[in-house]
Amino acid sequence: MTVVSTTLGLFPLPDDARERLADLKGHQKEDLVSGDEPPDIEAAYDEARDDLLTRQSDAGLDRTVEGQARWDDMLAHPLAVHENVRTEGIVRYYDNNNFYRDPVVTGDLTHSGDLARDLEKASALSDDLQAVVPGPYSLSRLATDEHYGSSQEFLAALGDFLAGEVESFPDAVETVFVLEPSLATETLDGGEDERAAAAIDGVAAAADAEVVVQSYWGTYGEKLHAHLLDTDASALGYDLVTAHDDATYLVQEYGTLDSVSLGVVDGQNTLVESPDTIDERIEWFRDQIPVSEFDTVYATPNTELFYLPVNKFQAKLRALGAAGGDRE
Amino acid sequence: MSENREQFRPPGHENDHFLLTTVVGSYPKPSWLNRARDLHADPESEFDDEDWREAQDDASRLITNEHERAGLDVVVDGEMRRNEMVEFFADRIDGYEFNGPVKVWGHNYFDKPSVTGEVEYDESWLVSEYEFTASVADRPVKVPITGPYTLASWSFNEAYDGEEALAYDLADLVNEEIEKLVAAGARYIQIDEPALATTPDDHAIVGECLERIVSGIPDDVRIGLHVCYGDYSRIYPELLDFPVHELDLELANGDYDQLDVLKQPEFTKDLALGVVDAHVAEVESVEQIERNIRKGLEVVPPEQLTVSPDCGVKLLPREVAYGKMENLVTAARNVEAELDAGEIDVPARD
Repeated sequence: MTVVSTTLGLFPLPDDARERLADLKGHQKEDLVSGDEPPDIEAAYDEARDDLLTRQSDAGLDRTVEGQARWDDMLAHPLAVHENVRTEGIVRYYDNNNFYRDPVVTGDLTHSGDLARDLEKASALSDDLQAVVPGPYSLSRLATDEHYGSSQEFLAALGDFLAGEVESFPDAVETVFVLEPSLATETLDGGEDERAAAAIDGVAAAADAEVVVQSYWGTYGEKLHAHLLDTDASALGYDLVTAHDDATYLVQEYGTLDSVSLGVVDGQNTLVESPDTIDERIEWFRDQIPVSEFDTVYATPNTELFYLPVNKFQAKLRALGAAGGDRE
Repeated sequence: MSENREQFRPPGHENDHFLLTTVVGSYPKPSWLNRARDLHADPESEFDDEDWREAQDDASRLITNEHERAGLDVVVDGEMRRNEMVEFFADRIDGYEFNGPVKVWGHNYFDKPSVTGEVEYDESWLVSEYEFTASVADRPVKVPITGPYTLASWSFNEAYDGEEALAYDLADLVNEEIEKLVAAGARYIQIDEPALATTPDDHAIVGECLERIVSGIPDDVRIGLHVCYGDYSRIYPELLDFPVHELDLELANGDYDQLDVLKQPEFTKDLALGVVDAHVAEVESVEQIERNIRKGLEVVPPEQLTVSPDCGVKLLPREVAYGKMENLVTAARNVEAELDAGEIDVPARD
């Protein structure tokens, strides 16, 4: 079994980039990223990406992410910069004291290439690149549809859109993390679970890389979990920080995919876990599972890391980098 | 109606009816105060601690007088000495530490603190702010305090076994602070709990916090609770069980779409009704505000009605904030006169 230390991306902006970008862009919602930044802002983002990749490789992480410094709107970013999407008022990001611009889809979600462009730049700087994308179901919950007409069609369209984006990722991308917090924060009913899994399956099938579907702030419903096990993903992710008992129950009862991703570091608390604590949490999970041979165990924070101040973010990267490694 | 309300009626009030007018708390800072803060932070500047204190005193006096000029019955100094509603208090409480800014949205950040040990009362938080404001004010002064539930929720908790335990300890500290404020002469305290709106299921924790906060505080001290930007149906009627005299709610922002929630069961507290929107940079007309005040009379009779903005107005341009206060007072006085003349129905009495 290989333990691969990585993150769910969406990092805090390093201090100098934060100050520089606030000066260049401004503080109002109309100042946020639109997808066609002028050269001075693009240069600031290029430097921030370089900085974030260096921090990860210095920390010894096995997979490094682009860091998504440009994602002003957290997981809603790929829509917020799309030409057929208008951004409206500031809305709450899940149950947090964080806000993003409400993306209102007004036309076909055509191929954008926004994520691929950032990954191309990162691929020149990293040998172990991992992409992070929002899952189609979460994106459907974070956005407003004025074009597709029904929640079913909207979800399917988001699945197709994300599959197209993932398909154009550079070859250097070794893993794609598909973040799906809404699969845990909402109760999916009326066939929604099956449709969500089908949309995710489309994204997973389009990737020329290992695909990890990760939810957090709770875990999957039992039926949804069963549907997710039928997808083309390589691993399912479980949030052991907020739902370790429910998550292990699911895996005990229904099994999981050949690989597993475990949220073992609290992405929303400044208390920094030691590498030993991280290892113990992984061991604890393995002990709960009768057949505990996984191809790969991804060791991650349970959430994105932008909630943390930069010093604690950095400390969490180092702890993750020092934990794990190859083991029997 | 709570019996401690009448003490805020100004001497010589022109109408028999009295709609208490006030503000939630924060107010735009004069731009020179921000320049003074930057100078004070600059190690190469000669602008020392004494200069900075004087600048804050000047700003506090200026905004207190601005509130009085607008005609408000109860005034605040616009929180001129406070940087942010959590940071300001965390900075004064033992057990907190700061690690750097975190994102709220876009390029807007706040210095979210971490609780790394047991929280303890150290220096006084607000007594000198109150004493100064009261010394320059001709009207009664209200003291807004960030509530313990919000102080707990909007911090990283490294030390406590859950947010609830942390909130209760913080509530005891708030109680200690209020005792000192009361000893200094304060008679109107407002607890701000915006975090309750994000997690309405925790209303029982907020209720227990308030029990601790008011313990031993005399009845003639008016205690208000401010909650904003939430789904009130999830916390009403439970709010009525809280040991406070007044509930201050944001309602203008949603054009009173939640008003019906507050009608059943009967609203038994005083209602501080938001009658101007804190996030729209246009001054509502007197007529519009009068219509908004009448919305309040659908919920409570005039003797239970306080008139105030939806929320702190610090993000508005200062002249807009002032225009809203001025029109708010004019509208309240107009409605009082119409009530005196028997020209307005009070649906809440039916």
